[in-house]
Amino acid sequence: MLSPAVLLLLGWMIVPLSMTIYFSFLSYNLLMPGMEQFVGFANYEFFLTDPAFFEALANTLLLVGGVLVITIVGGTALALLLDQPMWGQGIVRILVIAPFFVMPTVSALVWKNMFMNPVNGLFAHLAKGVGLEPFDFLSHAPLFSIILIVAWQWLPFATLILLTALQSLDQEQLEASEMDGAKFGSRFVHIVLPHMSRAITVVILIQTIFLLSVFAEILVTTNGGPGYASTNITYLVYAQSLLQFDVGGGSAGGIVAVILANIVAIFLMRMIGKNLEA
Amino acid sequence: MARRVSGRRQLVVTLIAWAIGLAIFFPILWTILTSFKTEAEAIASPPSFLAFEWTLENYAEVNSRSNYPLHFMNSVIISLGSTLLGLLIAIPAAWSMAFVPAKRTKDILMWMLSTKMLPPVGVLIPIYLMFRDFGLLDTRIGLVVVLTLINLPIIVWMLFTYFKEIPGEILEAARMDGASLWDEVVYVLTPMAVPGIASTLLLNVILAWNEAFWTLNLTAAKAAPLTAFIASYSSPEGLFYAKLSAASTLAIAPILILGWFSQKQLVRGLTFGAVK
Repeated sequence: MLSPAVLLLLGWMIVPLSMTIYFSFLSYNLLMPGMEQFVGFANYEFFLTDPAFFEALANTLLLVGGVLVITIVGGTALALLLDQPMWGQGIVRILVIAPFFVMPTVSALVWKNMFMNPVNGLFAHLAKGVGLEPFDFLSHAPLFSIILIVAWQWLPFATLILLTALQSLDQEQLEASEMDGAKFGSRFVHIVLPHMSRAITVVILIQTIFLLSVFAEILVTTNGGPGYASTNITYLVYAQSLLQFDVGGGSAGGIVAVILANIVAIFLMRMIGKNLEA
Repeated sequence: MARRVSGRRQLVVTLIAWAIGLAIFFPILWTILTSFKTEAEAIASPPSFLAFEWTLENYAEVNSRSNYPLHFMNSVIISLGSTLLGLLIAIPAAWSMAFVPAKRTKDILMWMLSTKMLPPVGVLIPIYLMFRDFGLLDTRIGLVVVLTLINLPIIVWMLFTYFKEIPGEILEAARMDGASLWDEVVYVLTPMAVPGIASTLLLNVILAWNEAFWTLNLTAAKAAPLTAFIASYSSPEGLFYAKLSAASTLAIAPILILGWFSQKQLVRGLTFGAVK
């Protein structure tokens, strides 16, 4: 009963991945069919020494790191806030998690046009309203703008998971420490944070997996530009293979992306594996 | 949870929480509002918040000018199709792992999860070329297949965590009472498994509906779901804010509503049971 699922996933893993590995050793351009030849590691050499690769790698790290910092810090703060007794808690929760359900192309285009546009965007109207010069977000700070958009999409995810973890915290322990005179700061550091550390780790690892592959947001806002200013590894591989038809180079880039993701995956798997035994 | 707090403190917390909640929700609210404006009002400076002439012309235009209904149906077919196909494959697998665990069960589960960590660009080229050669580019069936495989690990995992919570003793009890295998499946197991299957279905429809790597790379006009259709607004001509908003509102509304019902399952499904 297990085998169909296993066989399908095995096929999905092995067939295309081995093809990518095979292509990565070929000089293979879709515009020149029939000219494929074995070139050894030349594609890797070319990809890894291309200045665009370093820019894309730096952008990938900034994008992943920036979004992680915003969502973890913001998510923890929001989770603490939403855990307090208040009126209309259910509705606030719904408002906060809503961005997670917005498809990437919609959120990117809405932010790009209706908020960040230097002429008609809401931020431009606000700037003009207080007598400032409107800022052209996507041409002057493309990566930063994309980080903001992606962080808006992922903040709900972090909040929801951290809130779930927070709600399983033993209230009696908190009350006892409160009676012993512990201030909010020390209660947070010594009781709340250790309790949430596992959930925070899970959020970091899962978000990293998804954030390494951010694609649609870049495609519809900046196309990776200006220059390579907002190109990440995923977008670079896409551009090389489907825009420049360089199958060999794109495949080498794809394998590099797989290796990078694997480094993160090893940690994530260890976490989840531990949980499976418990 | 029942900690005593002063009324004043609760009022302050409520105000802050509502302000932040509304700020986070604002881009969605703004999109919905803009979808009811005329194109001229959509870019008016200063922008009007509620005091504009409400109109439905954008919805009419999006529906008549572009092939909106087709793309909407593509989204429905692709997300529902891939989820149902995934469930069909995953239910037996998760079932056997939860009730007849073997030595290797844990390894298999972990390995399935690891396939999910494969970045899509790693297999973009072979999949693209295979699709081209088999005539699957820009077809719904092609996307259904890819999205099924993409989400299969999540489906198996979610089902597994739900099935594992069904106590095995209840089956023994039923057997003692003289239930046949058929009775067991129909009257004991199915009612207990249905909620888990429903949650899994819900979450995966949401994930498939919003998937925006394969849908953008493997479709053009015919099979493009809403993610790809909306992307065509990235290089527009003339005034388009109100129409973009109307198309966006229609695209996100169904999933927003489904999503609000699935908050709990979301945590569990997306953390592979690591946070409950």
